[in-house]
Amino acid sequence: MPITYTSGEQIEVYRFSIPVTVGVPLLALFLQAFVPRRFPFFSIFDLPLLVTIFFGMARRNPISGLFTGAAIGLAQDMLGAYPIGIYGIAKTVVGYFASSLGAKLDVENAGARFLVTLGFYLVHAAVYFTVARGMVNMTLNWSWSRGIIAGLANAFLGVGLYFLLDKFKQRT
Amino acid sequence: MESVLGRYRNLTILVGVLFLQVLGLAVQVKRSGDAESTRLIRIWAVDSITPFERVLVWAQNGSSSLWHNYFFLRGVRAENRQLKQQIEQMRLDQVRLSEDAEQAHRLQRLLAFKEQTIAKTVPAQVIGSSGSDLSRSIYIDKGSNEGIAPDMAVITAGGIVGKVLRVFPATSLVLMINDQTSGVGAMLEKSRLQGVLKGTPDGAVILERVMSDEKVSPGDTVLSSGGDQIFPKGLPVGAVSEVSPGREMFLNIRVRPAADLSRLEEVLVVTEKQEQTAVVDSGARVRAADILAQRLPSVPDKPVAAAVGAPGSKVAAPGQSTSPVAKTQTPVRSAKPGAVGVQQVAASSTAAASTAKVASGAATVAPAGANAASTSRAPGVDGSGQPKASQASKKTVLSGEPAASGGSPNAAGSNAASLPAKPSTVQPKPPVSQPNPQPPAADEDPH
Repeated sequence: MPITYTSGEQIEVYRFSIPVTVGVPLLALFLQAFVPRRFPFFSIFDLPLLVTIFFGMARRNPISGLFTGAAIGLAQDMLGAYPIGIYGIAKTVVGYFASSLGAKLDVENAGARFLVTLGFYLVHAAVYFTVARGMVNMTLNWSWSRGIIAGLANAFLGVGLYFLLDKFKQRT
Repeated sequence: MESVLGRYRNLTILVGVLFLQVLGLAVQVKRSGDAESTRLIRIWAVDSITPFERVLVWAQNGSSSLWHNYFFLRGVRAENRQLKQQIEQMRLDQVRLSEDAEQAHRLQRLLAFKEQTIAKTVPAQVIGSSGSDLSRSIYIDKGSNEGIAPDMAVITAGGIVGKVLRVFPATSLVLMINDQTSGVGAMLEKSRLQGVLKGTPDGAVILERVMSDEKVSPGDTVLSSGGDQIFPKGLPVGAVSEVSPGREMFLNIRVRPAADLSRLEEVLVVTEKQEQTAVVDSGARVRAADILAQRLPSVPDKPVAAAVGAPGSKVAAPGQSTSPVAKTQTPVRSAKPGAVGVQQVAASSTAAASTAKVASGAATVAPAGANAASTSRAPGVDGSGQPKASQASKKTVLSGEPAASGGSPNAAGSNAASLPAKPSTVQPKPPVSQPNPQPPAADEDPH
């Protein structure tokens, strides 16, 4: 699927109601914390990341994208075992670039969304590991095979999830 | 300047937000050397999520319990029968293990070893996880209100799970042993080789720091070594699943955890460990004959069916004990009504060592020794968090009195002395002539 370059005037910018803006990230965080307990394979998914990418691409505003990413990432950090800020930084970067990309490219079709999600998953992982190893001095090891599999799995889930979340979009 | 900032407004804000987060991280990293306290913001986040998780877990357990207890009872009889047979076999194993445990305890006392035992545990339910593939941790529904503190060991009946990392009033965060940042002192049961257990990115567990010239084979049991000061020594960790040459001079040993870390539901938090130097108790006089009786090999166990149904096998019935010793003993309370097979087998095959001990008044010990502890401590913990078996053993070892079998299935089941003396409900079959009639168990006693 080709990713078409579109001028800013042609791209529609969406907004979301407050309940959706607050509720969807919270639901994603909750599901991410609860579901793996029952279905361990679910931990391969990163729902908060998918939500960050979706809101970023839909709003197409880098500032709101980076703040959305920062808020979701920091909330995810608070529930985890590691220092607060690792996910925050990674998702801030992802939110910013997802919004920037959304403002320049038409990422409405499934193929584009798949590739964008896969790419951002790897960017997210790269930033996460860089911060964790470089700043916090954590002994984390990167597994390429697992990273690629997780990226593909998230991309597949993302495509479905985005179509579901599209229903909450409101035109500005 | 303003025009530059205006032009790169988005980028400036991005850099600003990133800088603030990096600053926050730096503060946390700097403070982590001190006694780390839980941040208020983290408490808020956990407190806002965990109530929902609790409610969901409660609802899930309720519906599951309803289904399993009322609607899904097919095959329960068959399963019950099978489990009863399993219990009988395990009791026999337990009797054997108690002998080893007794010997190990005695040697430890003689050598004045310091031993660490689990004194108190708190049962907890797993209500959530960190939800990330990059960190492996779980939330349990017990916190500082229940006496949980950081660095407490978390175990299941199967084996160790992890350690408490952060404590909140009503919940705690547990770092599991398959997290990449965790480290557990472990050793191989047979060779006693020590290493460090760590997690891998894919959630597996590896044993590091074992030299490549050592012999390690798949299937070897891995136990906690106690070197980390968190897990008491001898707790089951897992079994070696794969061995390959690793980097430098070390082996790459993959370990299959004994506890199913991906499907944890209930865990035990070790809230109190007991470290004591075992002292030779001069008050408890053990006669040389008793020690000798315990060390000498006992009669090998016979299959249950053979012991019960074999012609000529003697079955202890009320007032018809085959052991002359058992006749003199007051019948103890039965551990479990209907445990006929155990009584019969015990009366006919394992009576030797146990009856000898009772007769002489030597202390009979429930399995909680160095060897048996690794397998029997955790399952023996009751709902109140008190390890039954080890309590019984402590009492008997220190006082030197015969262990009362109480009404507890655990205590009674582990007490060798109680087995032959239990009144049996099975009438003995009349002896049938056979080519090599087996003498009664008491007669077989080599002591």
